[in-house]
Amino acid sequence: MAEVAVGKVAVTFTVNGVERTVETYPMARLLDVLREDLRLTGTKEGCGEGECGACSAFVDGRLVNTCLVPAIQARGAKIETIEGLASGAELHAVQQAFIDAGGAQCGICTPGMVLATVALLREHPEPTEAEVREGLAGNLCRCTGYMKIFDSVETAARAIRARQDAATAGEGGAS
Amino acid sequence: MGKYVGQSVPRKEGVDKVTGRSLYVDDIVLDGMIHGITVRSSVPRGKILGVRFDPGVPWDEFVIVTAKDIPGRNVVAMLIEDQPFLADDVIRHPDEPVLLLAHPDKHVLAEAREHVHIDVEPLPAVFAIEDALRADTVLFGDDNVFKRFDVSKGDVDAAFARDDVVIVEGTYETGAQEQMYIEPMGMIAVAAPGQGVTVWGSLQCPYYVHKALKPLFDLPAEQVRVVQTVTGGGFGGKEEYPSIIAGHAALLSWKAGGVPVKLIYDRAEDLAATTKRHPSRTRHRTAVTRDGELVAMDVDFALDGGAYATLSAVVLSRGTIHACGPYRCPNARVVARAVATNHPPHGAFRGFGAPQSIFGLERHMDKIARTLGIAPEELRRRNLLATGDTTATSQVIEEAIDLGAMLDDALSQAGWAEKKAAFAAHNADPANTVKKGMGLATFFHGSGFTGSGEVYLASVVGIEAGPGGRCTVLAASTEIGQGTNTIFSQIAADALRLPYELVEVAQPDTARVPDSGPTVASRTTMVVGRLVQDAAESLIHTLRDAGLLGADYSAEQFAAAVDAYRERFGTLRVYSKYKQPPGIVWDDKHYRGAAYAAYGWAAYIAEVEVDTLTYAARVTDFVAVQDIGTLINPLLAAGQVEGGVAQAIGWAVYEGVDWRDGHMANNQMTNYIIPTAADVPPIRVYFHSVPFKYGPSGAKGVGELPMDGPAPAILNAIEDAIGVSLNRAPALPEDIMEAMLAASSQSEAHHG
Amino acid sequence: MRANVASYDVVAPETLAEALTLLADEPGVWTPMAGGTDLMVLFEAGKLPTGRYLSIHGLPELRGITVDDDAVTIGALTTYSEIRDHAVINADLPMLAQAARETGALAIQNRGTLGGNIANASPAADSPPALVAYGAELTLVSAAGTRTVPYRGFHTGYKQMDLRPGELIHSIRVPRRPASEGWVHFYRKVGTRAYQAISKVCFAACARLSDGGVAEVRVGFGSVAPTVLIASALEAALTGARLDDAGLEAAVAAAARHEVAAIDDIRSTARYRTQVSENLAVAFLHALRAGG
Ligand SMILES: Cc1cc2nc3c(=O)[nH]c(=O)nc-3n(C[C@H](O)[C@H](O)[C@H](O)COP(=O)(O)OP(=O)(O)OC[C@H]3O[C@@H](n4cnc5c(N)ncnc54)[C@H](O)[C@@H]3O)c2cc1C
Ligand code: FES
Ligand code: FES
Repeated sequence: MAEVAVGKVAVTFTVNGVERTVETYPMARLLDVLREDLRLTGTKEGCGEGECGACSAFVDGRLVNTCLVPAIQARGAKIETIEGLASGAELHAVQQAFIDAGGAQCGICTPGMVLATVALLREHPEPTEAEVREGLAGNLCRCTGYMKIFDSVETAARAIRARQDAATAGEGGAS
Repeated sequence: MGKYVGQSVPRKEGVDKVTGRSLYVDDIVLDGMIHGITVRSSVPRGKILGVRFDPGVPWDEFVIVTAKDIPGRNVVAMLIEDQPFLADDVIRHPDEPVLLLAHPDKHVLAEAREHVHIDVEPLPAVFAIEDALRADTVLFGDDNVFKRFDVSKGDVDAAFARDDVVIVEGTYETGAQEQMYIEPMGMIAVAAPGQGVTVWGSLQCPYYVHKALKPLFDLPAEQVRVVQTVTGGGFGGKEEYPSIIAGHAALLSWKAGGVPVKLIYDRAEDLAATTKRHPSRTRHRTAVTRDGELVAMDVDFALDGGAYATLSAVVLSRGTIHACGPYRCPNARVVARAVATNHPPHGAFRGFGAPQSIFGLERHMDKIARTLGIAPEELRRRNLLATGDTTATSQVIEEAIDLGAMLDDALSQAGWAEKKAAFAAHNADPANTVKKGMGLATFFHGSGFTGSGEVYLASVVGIEAGPGGRCTVLAASTEIGQGTNTIFSQIAADALRLPYELVEVAQPDTARVPDSGPTVASRTTMVVGRLVQDAAESLIHTLRDAGLLGADYSAEQFAAAVDAYRERFGTLRVYSKYKQPPGIVWDDKHYRGAAYAAYGWAAYIAEVEVDTLTYAARVTDFVAVQDIGTLINPLLAAGQVEGGVAQAIGWAVYEGVDWRDGHMANNQMTNYIIPTAADVPPIRVYFHSVPFKYGPSGAKGVGELPMDGPAPAILNAIEDAIGVSLNRAPALPEDIMEAMLAASSQSEAHHG
Repeated sequence: MRANVASYDVVAPETLAEALTLLADEPGVWTPMAGGTDLMVLFEAGKLPTGRYLSIHGLPELRGITVDDDAVTIGALTTYSEIRDHAVINADLPMLAQAARETGALAIQNRGTLGGNIANASPAADSPPALVAYGAELTLVSAAGTRTVPYRGFHTGYKQMDLRPGELIHSIRVPRRPASEGWVHFYRKVGTRAYQAISKVCFAACARLSDGGVAEVRVGFGSVAPTVLIASALEAALTGARLDDAGLEAAVAAAARHEVAAIDDIRSTARYRTQVSENLAVAFLHALRAGG
């Protein structure tokens, strides 16, 4: 059937800080490489067409739709997925906020939504409502109506600030 | 209230969801698993002449299943047995499954599907409700009517003949709506002769799937096992269709000799092939006195059921019962019909027929108000049901309700009076191209199954106490995001007087949990939750009767009692079974009596902006006031309302299915438009909590209510903003433009 | 996934020279792939032709934004995020910044490129109307050398353009249009929702006003013709016109209505597109009056 018979190639990148090499087709979607080759199934597929954001991950520090990235373009990249967000048993502030403020219902959009929130708060530590809406507009959620997600973003932003304040205060006290 | 009920305790599976650890069906891999795919018809109606396989494809590497391979009966067991798992002879809609393929490599599989051709001799097809009712082309029975209900109260004809009434007429329509859960449907099956059938998948009702698989394979109940995996949203969409996918995956596995088969729909297939909200048409004729007292309502309600009967009768039933709304009216007649067309079957979707009939009614109430020159809130206030009044089905409302107070609260939260005045001034200035408006809806929604439905269901829930006193709730009710696990755990923990952490809810697995009925109809908290409470209480009684537990006990004492019991008797597991609350009498033949044991009540207000350059309507503020009884978990309850309102906003102004010859042509997320985070207004939720005597700690259902009111409130607001009436949801910019152009050419004709 | 991944070859050369050589040596064989946000959607749907793809995503030569006194030059691989966040573009070419900000949503903006938007040649693309209104120029590069062409006229028909085999879009040069020199910008994307929306109509216009009249004006429309539309009739109606001319409204409306060639499709109707085009043209006139 195939007109162009293509072999697999080796693609090396780091995922959540660990260097990984997979043998895959150059056109394989990064989404499938993560889910099938690396069994990192926290990255979800909701559409395969860049529309829903369930497949979001960071590539070289930028949030992307992994369903639209061919493996070959991930060569040498630094990839961060939902699995790498918590440090050990301690949840990331954004993850904790999504639990506390009710930002996750069915949970299928949640990994992508959490990562989009991380991206948003990196850019805007104290986002305005308009910035939150714009920053999350590429991540569709059908369960929450987004209100509790907005609350989660606010809760997370506050927690991160509090943590930073505590850290600075701590440093101040030590010096 | 207890220690946990009434508290916003964190979601049970929260940590797994935020870390990506939850396993949804597509995340699961079984040893040796291969992939399945469905080959479908492409014409809306016809006779199958044959199937052709292109040469050049190594077909012997594929597992191929047709209707001929079905070991049992080729029928999806539902209400009426009209739908085959695989079409054999006739095609009744353009996305009908005809043949199944499986292969170890899913990429090869997708390509191979393009090389299978189904030859069909086309037959004339029917798509419009009115065409189906005319029955020139007959698709079902002799009149295309899957189901008809008649409600009658008082003497409608005599009321219309009175000389002190004004008669107001109107026709209202709603389009199909896609559930658009973000996780597409899918199943994994292991099935083989002699070993039975097991399926795992994304679904709402394990026992529906179970019921469908038994005849398909001609197997006894114990040889069929259905397990729900973590499910990424349902909204009714995963109520009936999963039976078909489960059957398909299992047929492939069966033919492949027991090899596990995974069958996951991609988005395009999920959108095109699976069920949507029934399109509807409602005709109202209302007799009302000049000061706004409803005297008679005559309603003709019709639903497009699609190609097969599926659950249309039940959806129609709910639409019928809600068609006259929460209003006092001595004379009422509803004729309701669900008809056959050549669309893919329409099915369950949050609200289940009620949003459709309530849309018609609440738009019509505004029309009556306008006709009489009464404010829309005032017209409603004069007719709202109060305790002691009767509904259209002659049910006496015994709950202590005050819908008028809820309406007042909504008006004041929304700033109705002030904003209405400000908007009128704003809109009068032609320099303001963005017009603003407000609209409202008052409505109710019955909790649980209609009439005697719960009695027939006879749901059962179990609780098992294990080592260390850990208790597990056994129910087939599924967690689909709405919080079943959390709410059941809260109810059980309080009834057992144990810490929340000691209670868990078993994964729904028909090999382990009893049939607590389907996860639909806003029944999970109110009906099943009550059974959880009952089971928990009887577990305590069991321990007490055995002399192992005192009146007061600590978690440790409870654990010791359980361990002692288990040592003596083996397992400790108790069940509870549904009991109808007293006074619930329903006459199914005449559609009269107590349709539901309890109702949720609500007053919603929408504020919109309509841009007269682009004709786009945007909802800018939303107030939702409701009584759903006691709140088991306020955070989850508010989340349900917000999610429902957002879906209804989509239905009102964004979500249109573009039908082409019965097929959804815009079957991509980029072309079927659901609201993003930037499209929803602030959704402000307020509860008036009047406890319901027979719900767990006084709770009623919440899941569906918020879907009912927003669409008419929004279209009422659009009319308020632009002075033009739109009577079909969704009101897309193109529709608003056409209505505005028609209105202005009409008024020019008047002036000219 | 409706395509067979094994039927697609993709190579990723390290330098522009290598890429151009490959394109020249095997003419017609290689299709460039930049951010992939158009191509991968086709791939998912099983509609991407099988064959050989040349990933140019990593080529440093085609990246980056440079500014001189007269113009901003944007490498073809520049992403929407880079455009959206660029200070000079925001100041002097605000319609490009706005188009970038309203394209898809964040994750698409992080991957999608301006060159890809142009070469994909969709009539519904959102940056082309702004490029038309700004009078942009394209630099095209191949093994044979480079050439520069005006963007107005680059698209010759539905999905057809003046791009020769073996040629890549190298960069896009856009003349600066500072408000201080009397430039007025008017951009309106009419999508199906706030973000993640494909345009039903897109309107971009840039005019220089002097002495209560329109000295210079360029207007581009998206989604109303087989390619991005250069609104010459509208430009003619406005050029040299006095803003207080009472007949201008009617002339502008008629010109817009006359020149759009909209169709019915899955996203909207011809009637809607035509009417909204007319409304936006008139709204532009009002904006000129307000701003002039
Ligand atoms: C969810 C989603 C939302 C979107 N929203 C919008 C939107 O709002 N507005 C909009 O306009 N677009 C939108 N798009 C489309 C797309 O993102 C843009 O067209 C984008 O600019 C394409 O750039 P790319 O680099 O990803 O292109 P690619 O997919 O890599 O390529 C697109 C085409 O351009 C060719 N090409 C790319 N670069 C060059 C070059 N330098 N020289 C020659 N040929 C080249 C390729 O061969 C291909 O034919 C959306 C897409 C998605 C998936
Ligand atoms: S799966 Fe990638 S955006 Fe939906
Ligand atoms: S929580 Fe279900 S889609 Fe967002």
